[in-house]
Amino acid sequence: MAYKDEQLNEEKVFKDPVHRYIHVKDQVIWDLIGTREFQRLRRIKQLGTSYLTFHGAEHSRFNHSLGVYEIVRRILFNFQDRPNWDNQERLLCLCAALLHDLGHGPFSHSFEKVFKLNHEDFTKKIILGNTEINKILKKVGEGFPQDVADVINKTYENKLVVSLISSQIDADRMDYLQRDAYFTGVSYGHFDMERILRVMRPVEDQVVIKQTGMHAVEDYIMSRYQMYWQVYFHPVTRSAEVILSKILHRAKYLYEQQYQFKLNPTHFLSFFAGEVDLEEYLRLDESIVFYYFQAWVQEDDEVLSDLCERFINRRLLKYIEFNPNQQMNEWMELYKLFQAIEVDPEYYLVVDSSSDLPYDFYRPGEEEERLPIHLLQPKNNELKELSRQSDIVEAISGKKRTDHKLYFPLDVLENLPEGRPEKKRIYEILFG
Amino acid sequence: MLENHAKIMKFFSAADEIVGRKKLQKMIYILKKCDFPFEEKYEFHFYGPYSEELTLRIEELCNLGFISEVKEDKSNYYQYRYQVTEQGDEFLNHSNIDLPPLEQMINDMKEKSSRFLELVSTMLYFDDLPKEEVEEKVQVVKKTQNYQQSDMDEAWEFIASIRQH
Repeated sequence: MAYKDEQLNEEKVFKDPVHRYIHVKDQVIWDLIGTREFQRLRRIKQLGTSYLTFHGAEHSRFNHSLGVYEIVRRILFNFQDRPNWDNQERLLCLCAALLHDLGHGPFSHSFEKVFKLNHEDFTKKIILGNTEINKILKKVGEGFPQDVADVINKTYENKLVVSLISSQIDADRMDYLQRDAYFTGVSYGHFDMERILRVMRPVEDQVVIKQTGMHAVEDYIMSRYQMYWQVYFHPVTRSAEVILSKILHRAKYLYEQQYQFKLNPTHFLSFFAGEVDLEEYLRLDESIVFYYFQAWVQEDDEVLSDLCERFINRRLLKYIEFNPNQQMNEWMELYKLFQAIEVDPEYYLVVDSSSDLPYDFYRPGEEEERLPIHLLQPKNNELKELSRQSDIVEAISGKKRTDHKLYFPLDVLENLPEGRPEKKRIYEILFG
Repeated sequence: MLENHAKIMKFFSAADEIVGRKKLQKMIYILKKCDFPFEEKYEFHFYGPYSEELTLRIEELCNLGFISEVKEDKSNYYQYRYQVTEQGDEFLNHSNIDLPPLEQMINDMKEKSSRFLELVSTMLYFDDLPKEEVEEKVQVVKKTQNYQQSDMDEAWEFIASIRQH
């Protein structure tokens, strides 16, 4: 029997709090899960710094990757024998689902921004490079690793396959919304996934939803909207993210200034130099990052030491709502006042915008690039875009919510002597 | 403050007016591929490179009143028109962001259709591949656009010319 068709003698199951069980029967999937590159995902949190706001949010990218695989497995079970679906694509879909986040590093949002990296590039490198994952995929077929990379990169020829893994109602989103809701403990994020899976239909180049499933999809869109504003965009998480980014900026800056670190930052050197190779990338996980942050607390550089201490001990920056249009002059004045009190505004006076975090809300398409969710009409098989059928979705997708926050170290300001005129003025600007 | 917003504002200011969201997306991507320091992250979506971050940033700039967005009904689709406002000019005056001159490139791109810029940006997306493979890939991922060899030849010429700027 060809490797691609090999089945385990007995089905393996992973107990999962979201999907109850994750079922594995394919030998290829079982082998991929056992690789060092996939096991590494256990050491990378799914929600980065959110655990500092929601203490339960310690779940890993390993959990989520298995969850996405399980959802795709269930969708494909429903698709078999349906028109427009070629079951020859099954293994490819399962592998792409399992491996779609393989290139994520620790706190990847901040790392990507500061070091100009792209986790998608690393996913591709892991799949196509000299790795255990690549060896297994190659056993399926010489071109199979490239096909998996193309599906994840959304450049695979069969768009139907791509849309299962990545579209506005895909397995990735359906898993992370439910999983993140479960682990953060919030009551949003729940929707009737079983119903959505039952009303999904493969058409020529996309997955669509039967019109009768519209209300289940409305619920999913609503969950997504609430999760973004209540969990992913939480201002306290954003504060931790600001500090994390500033730590990385500071460490990189010190490296460029040839600062002598007490502990040579071996694992970071290639990141600072902008030449990260795959092996070095794979070696850096969250435990390594925390090790350095602990060590940097002892550094002589006061900014690096203070920022690391803040991050590790959750001494976060405070914030106020900020309108860069109306408060431009105030910001410039604050900048100078911070300099006067010798608190470097580059690190301690930070405007954070909603667009600094990836916000993935529903867009109806129009002349944009993203494929909208289509509802399949019962009588004529016509496709209608969701927001044109649903008032709820129309209301949400038409509402543009953006915000800006100004972060600052209130504890430092509080410790300034009462008589200092700068303190008085800073307080006037910040708190009115 | 808001340095990435300021870079986008510089782009709008140099362009005077941009018509069409798709065109806007492709223009920034092409500039990025020509080493202009835009930070918005792009991914390949169904119809080519697309940046959700850029979309959000534009929304923020609109909400802040720094650029105006006019929605025009074109019977079977909506078209969006963008211009810098007076407040946007003021924001730019306060900003110390400096970009290399981009007016000429912007003008060259504005003269082209969004369909053509879509082709150019897709070809640039695959620029780590040899020329023949880029063309094959374009035919695979953009089957429905039905690009001809003459379109691709023109796109190669265009890429060569903008990279000279």
